[in-house]
Amino acid sequence: MNKVSMTVNGKAVSGEVEGRTLLSSFLRDDINLTGTHVGCDTSQCGACVVHVDGEAVKSCTMLAAEADGAEVKTIEGMANADGSLSVIQQAFQDHHGLQCGFCTPGMVMSAAALLKENPQPSEQEVRTYLEGNICRCTGYHNIVKAIMAASGQDVSVIAAE
Amino acid sequence: MPKDNGIGASSKRREDVRFLTGAGRYTDDINIHGQAYAHFVRSDVAHGTINGIDASAAEAMPGVLKVFTATDFEGVGGIPCGWQVTDRHGEPMQEPKHPVLAEGKVRHVGDPIAVVVAESLGQARDAAEALEIDISELPAVMDMKDALTEGAAKVHDDLTSNLCYDWGFVEENREAVDDAINGAHHVTTLELRNNRLVANPMEPRVAVGDYSAADDEHTLYTTSQNPHVIRLLMGAFVLGIPEHKLRVVAPDVGGGFGAKIYHYAEEAFCTFAAKALRRPVKWTSSRSEAFMSDAHGRDHVTKIELAMDEQGKFLAIRTDTHANMGAYLSTFAPSIPTWLHGTLMAGNYTTPLIYVNVKAVFTNTVPVDAYRGAGRPEATFQLERVVDKAAREMGIDPIELRRRNFITEFPYATPVAVEYDTGDYNATMDKLLEISDHSGFEVRAAESKANGKLRGFGIAHYIEACGIAPSNLVGQLGARAGLYESATVRVNATGSISVFTGSHSHGQGHETTFAQVVAEMIGIDEGQVDIVHGDTSKTPMGMGTYGSRSLAVGGSAMVRATEKIINKARKIAAHLMEAAEADIELKDGQFTVAGTDKSVAWGDVTLAAYVPHNYPLEDIEPGLEETAFYDPANFTYPSGAYGCEVEVDPETGKVKVLGFAAADDFGNVVNPMIVEGQVQGGLAQGIGQALLENCAYDQDGQLISASYMDYAMPRADDLPMFTVDHSCVTPCTHNPLGVKGCGEAGAIGSPPALVNAVIDALQRGGHDVKHIDMPLSPDRVWTAMNG
Amino acid sequence: MYNFEFEKPGSVADAVAALGAEDAQALGGGQTLIPTLKQRLNQPSKLVSLSGIADMKGVSASGGMITIGGATTHATVAAEASAYPALAATAAHIGDPAVRNRGTIGGSLANNDPAACYPAALLGSGGSVKTDNRDIDADEYFQGMFSTALEEGEIITGVTFNIPEKANYQKFVQPASRFALVGVFVAKHADGVRVAITGASEDGVFRWSEAETALSSNFSAAALDGISVSADGMITDLHGTGAYRAHLLGILTKRAVAAAA
Repeated sequence: MNKVSMTVNGKAVSGEVEGRTLLSSFLRDDINLTGTHVGCDTSQCGACVVHVDGEAVKSCTMLAAEADGAEVKTIEGMANADGSLSVIQQAFQDHHGLQCGFCTPGMVMSAAALLKENPQPSEQEVRTYLEGNICRCTGYHNIVKAIMAASGQDVSVIAAE
Repeated sequence: MPKDNGIGASSKRREDVRFLTGAGRYTDDINIHGQAYAHFVRSDVAHGTINGIDASAAEAMPGVLKVFTATDFEGVGGIPCGWQVTDRHGEPMQEPKHPVLAEGKVRHVGDPIAVVVAESLGQARDAAEALEIDISELPAVMDMKDALTEGAAKVHDDLTSNLCYDWGFVEENREAVDDAINGAHHVTTLELRNNRLVANPMEPRVAVGDYSAADDEHTLYTTSQNPHVIRLLMGAFVLGIPEHKLRVVAPDVGGGFGAKIYHYAEEAFCTFAAKALRRPVKWTSSRSEAFMSDAHGRDHVTKIELAMDEQGKFLAIRTDTHANMGAYLSTFAPSIPTWLHGTLMAGNYTTPLIYVNVKAVFTNTVPVDAYRGAGRPEATFQLERVVDKAAREMGIDPIELRRRNFITEFPYATPVAVEYDTGDYNATMDKLLEISDHSGFEVRAAESKANGKLRGFGIAHYIEACGIAPSNLVGQLGARAGLYESATVRVNATGSISVFTGSHSHGQGHETTFAQVVAEMIGIDEGQVDIVHGDTSKTPMGMGTYGSRSLAVGGSAMVRATEKIINKARKIAAHLMEAAEADIELKDGQFTVAGTDKSVAWGDVTLAAYVPHNYPLEDIEPGLEETAFYDPANFTYPSGAYGCEVEVDPETGKVKVLGFAAADDFGNVVNPMIVEGQVQGGLAQGIGQALLENCAYDQDGQLISASYMDYAMPRADDLPMFTVDHSCVTPCTHNPLGVKGCGEAGAIGSPPALVNAVIDALQRGGHDVKHIDMPLSPDRVWTAMNG
Repeated sequence: MYNFEFEKPGSVADAVAALGAEDAQALGGGQTLIPTLKQRLNQPSKLVSLSGIADMKGVSASGGMITIGGATTHATVAAEASAYPALAATAAHIGDPAVRNRGTIGGSLANNDPAACYPAALLGSGGSVKTDNRDIDADEYFQGMFSTALEEGEIITGVTFNIPEKANYQKFVQPASRFALVGVFVAKHADGVRVAITGASEDGVFRWSEAETALSSNFSAAALDGISVSADGMITDLHGTGAYRAHLLGILTKRAVAAAA
């Protein structure tokens, strides 16, 4: 067993994990943050994306022990301090960027990582960045729109309906 | 001004807040104190005889509670099939037993043989490797036509052959169709395969069984589109649990697309094992497991012939289809290639004679059942591809050829037993040409050519039958279930409303749209209405969500129940205002006496119903709660014109989708934002089928596309922005909302539009390619161009 | 996954020592190894994470060469290998953003997936793999699919690429995995051209010598006219036949030459 301590959404947490425990399992099963989802086992769907030390990673493809000492942020830590939806979350609701909601936590975490790196992405840049996040419901149209809107761009001109 | 509340408003989805903050409650988020974990041990061969299973070493492993095999399920029923098809000769289909765990033989890669239940999932998996299973491999039955030859290996030894049924529709038309084809001016023939797909909702399936010995009650939490159907099938046919002792809960469900309609062995297992072990038992599918245990979709091989006169008028259609059932009959499998496929072969056209022959075949593959569209995409693909090919052969513009044959008068009874109530196919075609900037296509094509690329435009016009019904008709057709829907509207004392619906939302946004409907009817704010679904202990017996039926059928039930509420409330209001009931009007949440300024608010009426001090107790009961069951008079028939613009790289064969436009007629629309989202999602799945997705087996029955490493899911950069329109409206004539259903349209109309576009591009580029089977991968397109 | 011990040493020496345990295995970013472990295709007794070794991270360039620490992530290479833009661009298209934040160059080269991008970049550029005890020339390093010159327990501490005058990588993606269906790395050095192909051959990454000869005398797409690779020995799978891959690598080589900068 390995002792791990990390900061998750600003709170110090610790636990004992097996070598094989994935970060996604630690978050979901050990500290009950079930917003992070697991949709595949080949590191492709991206439902499990969280931020580790500020970078987007697939938490199902990282050992919990590797995150010892890290700052982790999950979907549960994305809302504003007063509990209201953050700009990205609000844009997803405003533009119907989600349907079943299962891929959504990963999408929001990836969107946040993208906008940190590229505050005004083009449509193509958004699509390219989302290569590691699969959505089966939306056809991505409204996800792309939501992310561009969250970046402050006028999406009425790029997205014909 | 667009509306901001009620029917017609693009109300933001209330469910989004929980999904966006990680507060959704999906089945895998449910952990019950003391739960144990189930790991299914599955066949790694396609076909084999089980000589023996020795579980003694596995049972001795750390943490193992029990290893279950078929012997533990003696006396338990098989997984039932919900539809019986009668063949051309009046005989019922061949229906093999589908055991919970394999009995004697394994019949597909992934067929469950044993289950290890342990204190942790890791322990269960570790112990599974100590299980000794002796299997003698048998030849795999893979190709459908080979499977029907004399002397072929049999998937089920107790059946006479691998033929499930040989269905003819309409059998009486068979000779007339043959004659019309033999005597026609021109016959266009096309042979094609509708590729096998895996639905792949992003949430893998999960089941958690729980048992309370104190009251002998079972609870199953499951990723289902229809919890009541699971309760009925599993309780009555598999486990013998009376319904009042069985609760099935489908909480937030992460997409379904058909794959979560069916009753699966894992659900029965967890329910059974929870009682056997007196422990909650949880099973969570991995994605790899999903590929070999979720029902697959499509997998038809078809020859279609279209006979025409000199002017291109369609005279007759004859089709010959082999439909893959897989190794067992999944819940609704037999109905898909028959009643959901043959009845749509008229499409939007006036073809007077149609004959559809379908041979359903057992093979050593995962069972095949409905996947978004279910039968209708297969029908539409054949028809819209053959019409395009016919246009080329006849030298008639494909749009013009379609228009010449469009049905223009309604109601219209097709020769394949359905009656279209409304539609205006020229209107949707016109709208498509407008929104896709069709007139500018030649200029764009020239630009592509200058860049060394081949541009093409393809069209498809689809019709679908949604809201499958009525129950008495589907009963005659072989359904072993009713297809009504239910709703209970419970008005609370202060006027807020809880609606309990038998429909189930797993992405469709019912919590928002259903509230819009009820709020509109009463004239109150949507926020006053709450939608409850997904729990058999809360909602009335309902049939669930599939076949684009929720609003057309479930919404109609809700309307009927709300009408009952309003009628009773009007009586109460009349009493309170000492007026005649006939004079009471309800508007904006106020009951008024016509022609006076007397009024009473909704909340005062509802309060009176529960505090009946001043109340007509001699005429009506206190309280304000009503239930309605709605059984529709007919299917609904959405239709639409889809246009796809592609560019083909002639050096690599790679197809890029540059634009996709959809002009749909869904009848009335409750929430335009959600309708557009449904179409966009459907388009992505249809484009996925046409361009990327392929569930493939090798000759030995090994699943080649067994993970996302080989099964190509559409990604954001595979798709364009979509142009969708639903302004062409011919309301459904037989349901109270005039709605038709929009969930599957995108997946039905898009594959032929895309393939037509690629063929158009290749033909324009001088390549005489007539057909390419889906998916149109670069390899296949390049090979067709150079073959 | 089978269970295993986890160790995260802070130095190469400690990592080498830890890897001395029977069936111990090095863990780079884990982006391939962890999915493999999930399938129970591999049963290490211990995983030795290399992510805590500061000496194995970073990018430095000098004397016409660029050296990348073995534990450097693809994202870091994409961002920091500006001395060799074609290499940075190659790294920027491996996997997806989240994978690039974890996956490392050492992990990729040690695995030598026949459809991976870095093997083409290294073989195309020329250079060497530096391990805890030796340097291995790029031309000696790759020994067929998933096979390399590494000994058991040997760690890639760094990778050195020769920076060419011009280079370009063309990746044609396999639509599901997003690995290369075929990838072609073309590098024009002062002393000749190197062309490395990934994704195509049953023997893993290889140099296309005929194209190299033609391009060395005339670095233009036209120089490749009439030159082709036999489909024999090319991978045939669900996503493309050997004939298609053989055709595609010719097209991509031309495109790489045309785009080389």
